Amino acid sequence: MSKQEVIWNKECECMGLEKKKELQLERLKALVARIYVNVPLYNKKMKDIGMEPGDVKELGDLAKLPFTTKEDLAANYPFGMFAVPMDDVIRIHSSSGTTGKPKVAGYTRNDIDTWAEVMARTLGCGNTTNKDVVQNAYGYGLFTGGLGAHYGAEKIGAAVVPISGGNTARQVLVMQDFGSTKLCSTPSYCLRLGEVLLEQGIDPADLKLNTAFLGAEPWTRELREQIEEKLKIDAIDIYGLTEVIGPGVSSECMVKNGLHVFDDHFLPEIIDPVTEKPVADGEMGELVFTTLTKEAFPVLRYRTRDISKLIPGECECGRTHVRMQRVTGRTDDMLIVRGVNVYPSQIESVLVKIPDVEPHYQIVVDRKGTMDTLEIWVEVSEKAFSDEIRGLEKLEKGIRAVLESSLLISVNLKLVEPKTIQRSEGKAKRIVDKRSVYDKA
Amino acid sequence: MVKQISVFLENKSGRLAEATEAIGESGVNIRALSVADTSDFGILRCIVSDTEKTLKVLKERGFTASATEVVAAEVPDSPGGLAGMLQMLQENGINVEYLYAFVTKSRDNAVVILRVENNEGAIALLEKGGIKTLSEEEANNL
Repeated sequence: MSKQEVIWNKECECMGLEKKKELQLERLKALVARIYVNVPLYNKKMKDIGMEPGDVKELGDLAKLPFTTKEDLAANYPFGMFAVPMDDVIRIHSSSGTTGKPKVAGYTRNDIDTWAEVMARTLGCGNTTNKDVVQNAYGYGLFTGGLGAHYGAEKIGAAVVPISGGNTARQVLVMQDFGSTKLCSTPSYCLRLGEVLLEQGIDPADLKLNTAFLGAEPWTRELREQIEEKLKIDAIDIYGLTEVIGPGVSSECMVKNGLHVFDDHFLPEIIDPVTEKPVADGEMGELVFTTLTKEAFPVLRYRTRDISKLIPGECECGRTHVRMQRVTGRTDDMLIVRGVNVYPSQIESVLVKIPDVEPHYQIVVDRKGTMDTLEIWVEVSEKAFSDEIRGLEKLEKGIRAVLESSLLISVNLKLVEPKTIQRSEGKAKRIVDKRSVYDKA
Repeated sequence: MVKQISVFLENKSGRLAEATEAIGESGVNIRALSVADTSDFGILRCIVSDTEKTLKVLKERGFTASATEVVAAEVPDSPGGLAGMLQMLQENGINVEYLYAFVTKSRDNAVVILRVENNEGAIALLEKGGIKTLSEEEANNL
């Protein structure tokens, strides 16, 4: 394990707690005033509970404010949550949503700067400086990972290699020839790279790679140990979500005991998902974020459905950013497959639209080697059944194509006999996840 | 034209046995049978002595099954018998989706079950070419 040598923005990252609280309160007041006027949803939510922006007088008042849920985002798709005119929006990203509607995030120029800043802090947490070569293997595109990490690395002044995801042979070549010192990817892809290196007889100790920033999917401590051992590097857990900004919401430092939440921009809370009340300090619950500074797409108390806790006390690294424990589960049924969010409800909403297909399905997620596989079982109804192989293969391909275009991930579709899929009383057992992606609590 | 039963089979052990067992227990006799398969699933196709009853028992046992109209033709049970018939179809632009053949004790000729797009057209063509096609009743009583 390497020592913490870099802190990108000492003034903000090591800010005294009293001063930070003042800053957070000031920003919270401004946020509430802004969204009350500019976002009809928040105006209505606050009026419904009889609150006005002036009622926010201290940080503790946050707990009185209304939540934002992913259903709110779906109902206001695509731009209904934006708090600025489209003239001021300079970037739009999105990720998969619950009812087939993606979650859409807009960014102003200031938002892009904020994002670069928090990603610079993230990369700084793993000792990145302008001397580094950052191999960015997050996908570039609508997914926030690629461009998020890219702007952060550029802000630091590191040399970014925007290689994007996939093409493992080329990743290995670049890593060797360009002398990449830092890698950004999903944990499973990082492990895959490690295996390919070993298969090709390349000794990781001969590479310049020293740190990987791994996020976009949950992973366990055991996987960290494997990655660090195989690649002879430090593996840093980074966290973020499109609804808050993308990657750059929180990051581990070299101490690797919890992720520092960049809480001058993103105010975290832990609530009991059932009572919706804040839990006692240090208790497990659902992570909730309020974006203190975002302009285009601010969220008030956004319910992430991720389970974590806030770690009390100071960190050895010197940062005063509050720490959250690595995410240990979900309060909903969202799956993360190869870094992509998949909701069973999304699969159902696609299937019901296909004529003659029964909406009885089962999802089987597994990990073959290092790669996640998503298998979807669909029952063959009498109407969809054909006595010709060609007909059934056409059915299979057709269902797979619409699922893949909605889920943005490749799917193994399996046609099964009717009543194969268990009908349980109440909630059907739709998901079989054979992986162990979360730490045992 | 004769009716064929098609049954969807998941590729897992015992399903073919269960389907044929269901038919057997209902007292229905299977006259001809073929199984088509891919790596993921299979389709059992058969001609039976009682189509309606077979469909009923299969559905009761939870199988996806349907009846399809196919052509049953008699070809000489001698070398080149099938080839001659296929050539006749091909020359007239009739595509065969699939076929299976069997010989019976009761007849001198082999019986070929054909799945084509245009059943009437195929039957007319075959009859014109001197090939006998079977009626539903004849097929059930093979």
